[in-house]
Amino acid sequence: MAADEGPMAQFDIKPLVEINLAGYDISYTNSALFMTLAVICTFSLFWAATRKRTMVPGRMQSVGELMFEFIAGMVKENVGKEGMKYFPFIFTLFMFILFGNVLGLLPYSFTFTSHIIVNAALALFIFIAVTIIGFATHGLHYLRLFCPEGTPLPVAIVLVPIEIMSYFIRPVSLSLRLFANMLAGHVLLKVLAGFVISLGVFGVVPFIAVSAVTLLEIMVALIQAYVFALLSTIYLNDAVHLH
Amino acid sequence: MELEAAKMIGAGLAAIGVIGGGVGVGIVFGNYMTAASRNPSLKDELRTYAFLGFALSEATALFALVIALIVLFT
Repeated sequence: MAADEGPMAQFDIKPLVEINLAGYDISYTNSALFMTLAVICTFSLFWAATRKRTMVPGRMQSVGELMFEFIAGMVKENVGKEGMKYFPFIFTLFMFILFGNVLGLLPYSFTFTSHIIVNAALALFIFIAVTIIGFATHGLHYLRLFCPEGTPLPVAIVLVPIEIMSYFIRPVSLSLRLFANMLAGHVLLKVLAGFVISLGVFGVVPFIAVSAVTLLEIMVALIQAYVFALLSTIYLNDAVHLH
Repeated sequence: MELEAAKMIGAGLAAIGVIGGGVGVGIVFGNYMTAASRNPSLKDELRTYAFLGFALSEATALFALVIALIVLFT
């Protein structure tokens, strides 16, 4: 799988600084480098946005306010006032994934969201956190999530296993969605880019296609970050409000 | 049949499932357009649901795609 050339080579994890701690390989890899870069980008964006705080926002401040209000509105709309205490987490998640996706679109860069282990860690964290919040706020009543009030018994026999299954498949689908989108997009870009040189003069056609697909991928990067944050808030809403 | 050829055919067959996801995403956004043009005042509110439906229906297509990639690369 780890080919030197070919569309999958861009996903290889290469250690930059080899660190070995008690038999565990915790090297600083290119994946970790781009995670650090994503955090630095987020920090510097909001540092620039909040440096000169004015009533009438300047250009950078508008960008910061736009993103802030976009996610704040989403959380408020889906979870309500009680959900605003989870807003910093959702916003951090959104910015981290957004910069991961967008930085990955730069040529020769690395997309850490195209590795399912990164997404799985994020999704499992959300899943466990939501479960704990649900049990903490509702106690054992939280199990009502699997069997809504007033369900007739014959329906409940079918409904409860389906609800339980859909609850436990959440982290899988959440992480797989982001992973597959990023993987498919980057493989497509690489395959199309391979045609540009090999077709000679007619390489103009795949070149235009690559440009168009890059635009599409920017949109996908934004949408997937939004969808990840949106689904997290919706799961949170289940935990806070029980349907 | 050689193993390599069988893998290629299998991956191609697995990718057929993406058709369903394409149809689903089309239906979601098509109906969003219909709803937004019938009642433009609900446009912003409906957008959230449109993207939610898009994400959920797209996921099923991506499962097929991931299976195809697993068949191809392992």
